[in-house]
Amino acid sequence: MRLSRAFNRSLWVFHFNSGSCNGCDIEIVAAITPRYDPERFGVRLVGSPKHADVLLVTGPVTHDMRDRLRRVYDQMAEPKLVMCIGTCGQSGGVFYDSYNLDGPVGDVIPVDIYVPGCAPRPEAIIDGVVKAIAKLERLEGEQG
Amino acid sequence: MTTMFGIDMLAVVGGIVAITVFGIVAGLVFLGIDRKVTAHMQARIGPPIRQPFRDFLKLLCKDSSVPENAIPWIFNGAPLLALASSIVILLYLPIGSFLPVFGSYGDLILVMYLLTIPALAMVGGGFASGSPYATVGSQREMVTMISYEFPLAIAIIAIAWRLSVAGIADPFSIGTIAANPVWGVAGPLGIIGFLILLVVLTWVTPAELSRVPCDTPEAETELAGGLLVEYSGRNLALFSLASGVKTVAMASLAVALFLPWNVSSFVALSPVVAYGADFAFYLVKLFAVIFFSVSIIRVGMARFRITHVVSVYWGYLAGLGLIGLLFIVLDTALGAGVIA
Repeated sequence: MRLSRAFNRSLWVFHFNSGSCNGCDIEIVAAITPRYDPERFGVRLVGSPKHADVLLVTGPVTHDMRDRLRRVYDQMAEPKLVMCIGTCGQSGGVFYDSYNLDGPVGDVIPVDIYVPGCAPRPEAIIDGVVKAIAKLERLEGEQG
Repeated sequence: MTTMFGIDMLAVVGGIVAITVFGIVAGLVFLGIDRKVTAHMQARIGPPIRQPFRDFLKLLCKDSSVPENAIPWIFNGAPLLALASSIVILLYLPIGSFLPVFGSYGDLILVMYLLTIPALAMVGGGFASGSPYATVGSQREMVTMISYEFPLAIAIIAIAWRLSVAGIADPFSIGTIAANPVWGVAGPLGIIGFLILLVVLTWVTPAELSRVPCDTPEAETELAGGLLVEYSGRNLALFSLASGVKTVAMASLAVALFLPWNVSSFVALSPVVAYGADFAFYLVKLFAVIFFSVSIIRVGMARFRITHVVSVYWGYLAGLGLIGLLFIVLDTALGAGVIA
């Protein structure tokens, strides 16, 4: 990965719902309101996975969304990060034994950051972004 | 051999390099200022002014993918063409009291046609992406171009016509327009007419730059980025530079047409100081144009539907422009004693 300081300070985010109940999506929208203003740190919501650096996935992966999540992930240009928002993406949450579930997000695509909560507060999501930046800085240091 | 066709080649090459650097740096700085000002108007802190530079560097270190069913040479060529043609527009416009590099080779009519080329490059790139979203975006961009061209032409032609009636030679030359501010040439009715045309040009600017409320071709919420949907990495970085340079070019055009005054024509200054003062004043004027025609409109409005773009620009703004033109014609007729 070719990481740089500019990369850490300009994370463009694409939001993908893989079968969430919309609770986490509402919290993500709350996190980009003027009250929290993540654009301070260069974080921006974009409309196309090709423009994105970070994939925000909400919800457990339903059977129909498995291929689509895989394809959206493959469309993102390297280097890229995946953040999983909410308990459902980690374990399946209340839907853990549902008949149409293909498992948590980590079974389908590699996840870098987990933000637990049902639904996580906007502060938790922003803390997740801070953790992501810390991880990028560590990787940047390792690449020399 | 430094002269060819009677011009100093060294000066021209130096001018081109200087304008290219200026256009790119100023373009990114003004994009940053626009984002900061917008953020403050929305009660946010906003990104630092150098954020567009970071975004550009970030995009350069990303992979640049070409879709399987794209036409690679058009897809990769479009961003270059958009950036190059945006810079060429700047070469025909005065920067402060520096005369345009190519000033003697083209006039306003040429600038009007050049302004369509970056948009056409984006349309070509969109169609070559082989994505239905990009195709719809390209079609919308073409419709937007058709819509704003007529009001823009009215504003430019009204100015040139008023200058030619006043007996000024070569009225379409940008040098002539910059040297003879229309506000001094026209009478009271004409000034009302030009104020109306200034409003028209203020509204044409966001359409020309595909900014809110005329970002229908990019429309992130419905077209996922529209004609830019398949672009990533280096190509997207070039498009972001092109949009910055085009913002500077369009604002420079508005400055040259309606606000061409220089500090040095009011205050006696030594030549070097005069160039510096004029340049600083020019940057202030650019900021004013971008603030009123991009930032304020962007914060205050939602996106037009494509049908609204056509009705607003072809209908209301063209009508407003024609009313402005009528005022200018009346003013000229009064001045010439045709009607008492």
